[in-house]
Amino acid sequence: MSFRRRNRAQEQTPQPMSAPPQQPALERPYLVIDALGRKCPIPIIMLAERIREVPIGQVVAVLADDVAARTDVPAWCRMKSQGFVAEETLQQGWAFHIRRSY
Amino acid sequence: MSYLDAASTEPLHPAARAALLTALESGWADPARLYGPARNARMLLDQARARVAGVLGVRPDEISFTTSGTQAVHLAVLGGLRARRRVGRHLVVSAVEHSSVLQAAGQHERDGGKVTTVGVDRSGRVDPAAVAAAIRPDTALVCLQSANHEVGTVQPVAEVAEICRSARIPLFVDAAQSAGRVVVPDGWSMLAASAHKWGGPAGVGIMVIRKNTRWRSPAPDDEREGRRVPGFENVPGAYAAAAALEAYSSELAADGPRLSALVDQIRERVPKLIEDVEVVGDPVHRLPHLVTFSCLYVEGEALLTELDRLGFAVSSGSSCTADTLRPSHVLEAMGVITHGNVRVSLPRGAKASDVDRFLGVLPEAVTRLRRVGFADFRG
Repeated sequence: MSFRRRNRAQEQTPQPMSAPPQQPALERPYLVIDALGRKCPIPIIMLAERIREVPIGQVVAVLADDVAARTDVPAWCRMKSQGFVAEETLQQGWAFHIRRSY
Repeated sequence: MSYLDAASTEPLHPAARAALLTALESGWADPARLYGPARNARMLLDQARARVAGVLGVRPDEISFTTSGTQAVHLAVLGGLRARRRVGRHLVVSAVEHSSVLQAAGQHERDGGKVTTVGVDRSGRVDPAAVAAAIRPDTALVCLQSANHEVGTVQPVAEVAEICRSARIPLFVDAAQSAGRVVVPDGWSMLAASAHKWGGPAGVGIMVIRKNTRWRSPAPDDEREGRRVPGFENVPGAYAAAAALEAYSSELAADGPRLSALVDQIRERVPKLIEDVEVVGDPVHRLPHLVTFSCLYVEGEALLTELDRLGFAVSSGSSCTADTLRPSHVLEAMGVITHGNVRVSLPRGAKASDVDRFLGVLPEAVTRLRRVGFADFRG
């Protein structure tokens, strides 16, 4: 996918905590993790490993095409008290948006 | 090897072995014939039927022996739908039914029928109100398991039966995981069970169709088993299944609380012993012998293989994952982690020491696999 890692430039200028609720478009992720072609639990391992690179309050997106990720990403967020923002359907697989909450 | 996978199949009960040998000697003839050996076979079959009926609390003529639990499910669901075709072709199933129920529903849909799937909460429990909301004027049948095969959650059968009764819709209960272990509440119209789950032989299922429930065979006509199940009866199998059911259910009545306490121990200790683990399923309304938990960051199959190496036969709720490459539909419906899943189900007489040893080796097995998983990712 074309939008992986496009946010590196923002590292010095963190965005405000959250987008206004009425805004329909998804907040641009600070970091995109490409787990396409990887079976669960690899996408979850990658997410757990790399969410630390994201400042608190920012969004990380995981790209995955293992259908198990549709259950596992939100369940991981619930277990780890991270903020699941949305699931976005891509041409291949999905982008899962997660807000780092701590 | 400690066998902790009773939910897949219970080891053959000694009572079943003895009955099977007896019936192989004296029950081999065709029970439909009129000579001596045939009468013997008929007698054994009638006895088996009466004994199963006794344990399940139904009439003997409501019991049919099938060739498996799956066949019992298929015949009951499709036959129940067929009998009510004039009322309508709408079927209600829960999202966490056994694949045999969902496959029957799938066939019904392909044949032009309609299916509504009722979801579950995080514990895997169906909300009776959601079943009530799914019922329509053209609903022909409702299907609900007595308890879930992957996570052990007991379903509100009595409440759903009451809803179905007042809507005058038959309820089919898949009791494969609970028959012989837990009494199924009354009020259902059809039920299916499987003998190898209670220590009977494989290849014997039970279909119960209550009096004044309309049912029409979905299979070609055959005179066997009261025209309900096609094919020559497995008399020795049925006889052994009945002996096992009687023995197993009376033993479980006494031993169930002990097994349930062992399950409580696993439920309580696993999250303390291992980080990032979720025990799933209802902690209270559950089968006495079954517990399931999911370990984050571990591949389920790798964990089962590792536990096998350490001498433990356990299973994953998502037993078909490797073949289908689909996550478990049960865990998916509950919204819980689908990887790293372990189902422990205690057979009759399971020892506390087995559970202790299991809890002793589990944390290190999980840690080891996690280390490998994270190292692989880091390269």
